[in-house]
Amino acid sequence: MSAEISILIFDENKVRAAIIEAGLREAGHEKVAVVGEILGLVKRIETLQPDVIVVDLENPNRDQLEHFFQVSRSVKKPVAMFVDRSDSEAISAAVEAGVSAYIVDGLKKERVKPILDMAVSRFNAFHRLSRELDEARSELAGRKLIDRAKGILMRKRGLSEPEAYRLLQRCAMNENRRIADVAQSLISASSLLGDL
Amino acid sequence: MAKDAVHAGYLPLLDSAVLVVAARFGFAERHGVDLQIHRERSWAAIRDRMSVGHFDCAQMPAPMPIAMSLSHGPLTARTFAPLVLNTGGNAVTVGNELAAALADESPVDASPAAIGAALRFATARLAERNGRPLRFAVVHRFSGHNYDLRYWLAASGIRPDADIEITVVPPSLLPEALASGQIDGFSAGEPWNTIAVRAEVGEIVATKVEIAPRTPEKVLGVSEPFLIERQDVLKRLIAALIEAGRWCDTAGNHGELARLMADPRHVGVDSSHLLPGLSGNLETASSGGRAVADFLTFAKPGMSRPDPSFAAWLHRQMVRWDHSHRTPETDAIVRGVFRPDIFAAATGDDPGDRAAEAAFDTDRHSRLFDGGLSELSQD
Repeated sequence: MSAEISILIFDENKVRAAIIEAGLREAGHEKVAVVGEILGLVKRIETLQPDVIVVDLENPNRDQLEHFFQVSRSVKKPVAMFVDRSDSEAISAAVEAGVSAYIVDGLKKERVKPILDMAVSRFNAFHRLSRELDEARSELAGRKLIDRAKGILMRKRGLSEPEAYRLLQRCAMNENRRIADVAQSLISASSLLGDL
Repeated sequence: MAKDAVHAGYLPLLDSAVLVVAARFGFAERHGVDLQIHRERSWAAIRDRMSVGHFDCAQMPAPMPIAMSLSHGPLTARTFAPLVLNTGGNAVTVGNELAAALADESPVDASPAAIGAALRFATARLAERNGRPLRFAVVHRFSGHNYDLRYWLAASGIRPDADIEITVVPPSLLPEALASGQIDGFSAGEPWNTIAVRAEVGEIVATKVEIAPRTPEKVLGVSEPFLIERQDVLKRLIAALIEAGRWCDTAGNHGELARLMADPRHVGVDSSHLLPGLSGNLETASSGGRAVADFLTFAKPGMSRPDPSFAAWLHRQMVRWDHSHRTPETDAIVRGVFRPDIFAAATGDDPGDRAAEAAFDTDRHSRLFDGGLSELSQD
């Protein structure tokens, strides 16, 4: 079993699948395929005969996939989610990250472990990035609101920009709210009064 | 006093009601349990999270803790069942083409025996006409849906895996799979039968409660650490779940229960789809329906105690269909999965339960729709 390991990534999230695929290719794996939906998956598995199948843990089609492994006579049957069942820490880390993997019998654990470690770290990196992106989006939206609110104060009360900002800031502190929320209220009120 | 946190997994199905009600309506809290429920999207995910200790317990089809304890699966751990969460709740729905072929056979009544006899001829004719064997779907290999269906088909003279292929499809995709002709029928829990009938893509032809009356459907699967190290908390959880189950069984609560389960956080379908399953007034076809007594019950007296003889029967079904094997070692493991001792310790060994249990035992030969002799007499 020294031939190149064939890996299939089954993930409905295309971006995440691409990130894992890139990681595996960087690590020198050449036989890497990605499938996004259950339709056509069986044919791909029969053609590719993968040694390792990486699936996101939350994929709703996993019961169907495991059934296929059980009944199929045309594919190598994956027997375990992890080669080394005693490595409970690594298993827990994978499940925590949302990674499940099916591995055919006979693969040495030193060959499989780097693949799983890679998938786990890339899953974690993906989720961290998604979270940061969400935060960045909401921060950007907040900044835009503050700019508009400052504009209103500058026009209506003849304040300079720093003064307008300090007023919003003081108001937020007094009411124990976020500046962006105060800005939003000001914009809404102003719009109701027909000032915009 | 700090409450003891318990993490429980469940799938978006009507019969996860007991766990959801216990967590959301204060039953667990009143027993000092902080029940945190986590919705998953496959039984595989529930199994994995149980195996690595993310969940202390979970809703499970009755065969699942047996399969897990026997290491059938890519990631498993010993799992126990000290409580039955519900009986019944499942039905077999067939697509319009097969329903029409079945009607042509004029079954004498709606009993599983009569429908099964008609189904045998209908499937044979349809398979010949279409040039392929029929295909039914269940939601998981190790499930009552699968073994009840197989038992019923085989007793009706239809060979599972030969005359009818049995595949696995996630529950929420079943009505669509039936509509597209991908499958000819399915065996699943509610609300998916009702949804298929209302979408006019199929008809309900049999129910679990008529094929295998009074047998457990879902159980509370419990991890070994939870069972051993925190048995006091487990016992309080069991008491809370039985109270929640009795609340769910009360007809006057069904409207509120349907609204709770309809929430996008839980089953996420229109609450009207959940009512037929709760009342047993099934809409079996777009043209009509029938009332099925005890179609789905959660905690009727005598039904909550897990019976090891039923676990043994389930394992024999697994062996029968080549999903497991039988040795003295597997027998010993299977015997230890259902835990009536923990149940008794949690409930104070209700004599009503004992009487019902005794009746259940002497009545074993008539608990299946066809008498069940061939299977049970092998003991």
